[in-house]
Amino acid sequence: MYHTKTLSELSAMLQAGEVTSVQLTEHFLDRIKQLDPQLNSFITVTETSALAAAAAADEQRKAGTAGPLTGVPIAHKDIFCTRGVKTSCGSKMLDNFESPYDATVVEKMQQAGVIMLGKTNMDEFAMGSSNETSYYGAVRNPWNTEAVPGGSSGGSASCVAARLAPAATGTDTGGSIRQPASFCGITGLKPTYGRVSRYGMIAFASSLDQAGPMAQSAEDCALLMNAMAGFDTRDSTSLDEAVPDYTAQLDQPLKGLKIGLPEEYFGEGLNEDINSTIQQAIETYRSLGAETVSISLPNTHLAVPVYYVVAPAECSSNLSRFDGVRFGYRCEDPQDLEDLYKRSRGEGFGAEVKRRIMVGTYALSAGYYDAYYLKAQKLRRMISDDFKKAFEQVDVIMGPAAPETAFNIGEKASDPISMYLSDIYTIAVNLAGLPGMSIPAGFSNNMPVGLQIIAPHFAESKLLNVAHQYQQKTDWHRKIPGDFE
Amino acid sequence: MSLGPDDVKNIAHLARLQIDESQIDGYASNLSSIIDLVEQMNAVDTSDVTPMAHPMDLAQRLRADEVLETDQRDEFQKIAPKTENGLYLVPKVIE
Repeated sequence: MYHTKTLSELSAMLQAGEVTSVQLTEHFLDRIKQLDPQLNSFITVTETSALAAAAAADEQRKAGTAGPLTGVPIAHKDIFCTRGVKTSCGSKMLDNFESPYDATVVEKMQQAGVIMLGKTNMDEFAMGSSNETSYYGAVRNPWNTEAVPGGSSGGSASCVAARLAPAATGTDTGGSIRQPASFCGITGLKPTYGRVSRYGMIAFASSLDQAGPMAQSAEDCALLMNAMAGFDTRDSTSLDEAVPDYTAQLDQPLKGLKIGLPEEYFGEGLNEDINSTIQQAIETYRSLGAETVSISLPNTHLAVPVYYVVAPAECSSNLSRFDGVRFGYRCEDPQDLEDLYKRSRGEGFGAEVKRRIMVGTYALSAGYYDAYYLKAQKLRRMISDDFKKAFEQVDVIMGPAAPETAFNIGEKASDPISMYLSDIYTIAVNLAGLPGMSIPAGFSNNMPVGLQIIAPHFAESKLLNVAHQYQQKTDWHRKIPGDFE
Repeated sequence: MSLGPDDVKNIAHLARLQIDESQIDGYASNLSSIIDLVEQMNAVDTSDVTPMAHPMDLAQRLRADEVLETDQRDEFQKIAPKTENGLYLVPKVIE
């Protein structure tokens, strides 16, 4: 059936006239209707506009003006503003918000002819690693519906893993694409900071946030990156670098590739079974002609502490825009302006968002700036320098995407610190602004394990090449959870 | 470092967040453990390190001061909680 195909295969079928966009769109909408009640991966399904767009895509194909993505359906994380469609960011604060404009990512996808199936569930304002902080309830992992899908792009990961959509967009501030991709057994790419426009992507931590594709394969991610990436004058942190064809280098052989294995990513805290799965993946790379080099990223243990200053500080400032005045939630019967602010924000935000706003407010408050934010920025440079040094010796860095497989819903919900530590291998990559991927590398106790690959700034083509070559040798990325075949 | 109930109330006020009295102790304990985690930073001497604000050390791009946006007030105010005559309404600020 269509849903067992990758996005690249569906694109080829559309081009060959073996299927129409309307047929594909109907198929995936039916699957969402039938199967999503088990997962809760969608907040909004845009059935009517999807079918209309699919019909238009089919017309375009008849007219001979279709591109590779014309008529392919995907889902957008509900962090991306979509004109006239509810954009909640997983929060009660924006439950009533219909964006007056489209995010650049959404606009670019539309221009490429991509059909939006709907908006996916997520941790509230992308703050979480389990998708349990969503106002719309937890999302379930299709490999075991008692387990979390990871977060914050949990809905995107879950719906792609269950084949309710061929691909989805995600965002990654500290691991929010790679950790859920790892937990759900899909392929996710977090591009270089500034590679994909942040315009219309609701801001969490502006010096870390980056959007990227989540799909079945590296080839799919390359196709999607061709549409997503690029300079945008409307995002002041967007980088003006030429966009290559990300599919061009996929087939390059890996002979002589130098893979760095950081000793800090294979030490204490890593589940034994995950370690051996990752070692097997690395063995596959050796068989493809790659060499491995033991390296050290000595400041790895500081990444989580630094992140929990930088991200909350930036979030406390970004989220000050939610004031109950111009859009979003407003409390009933405000007594005065301060009451309006305090109750709109107190009632509109969930507990984790409030925690992070308060940590950030504290870190930025008078007298504490040097001790927290400035200190964190200094350590951020040391973490970034570790990677710079490593990339003088190696082409890519590999390790696990997460220290464990998907944990159960509720298991870490009451302990923020243990939740934060589930991003221990992904956070440093955001601090350094590097591109990173998680690709399916096997299973541990029937739950997916993700291999993380990290490359230097703007080396997404290399990253996708390295991932694609592995996927030509293995079929982990083609595995579908039993109840969703 | 440990934060007490009064610290939480003060921070919540600075952040303009209403926190239920019954939840103050819970936040105090959560926030204290986050601050403890963060204070692992202090073990490292950073006196010679330049702070990094941007992952590629780039400055914010500037543009010429030209009007690029069109007037979309009506559309933006359609989603506002309360407006009147093109203005956003809030409780009276000045008596």
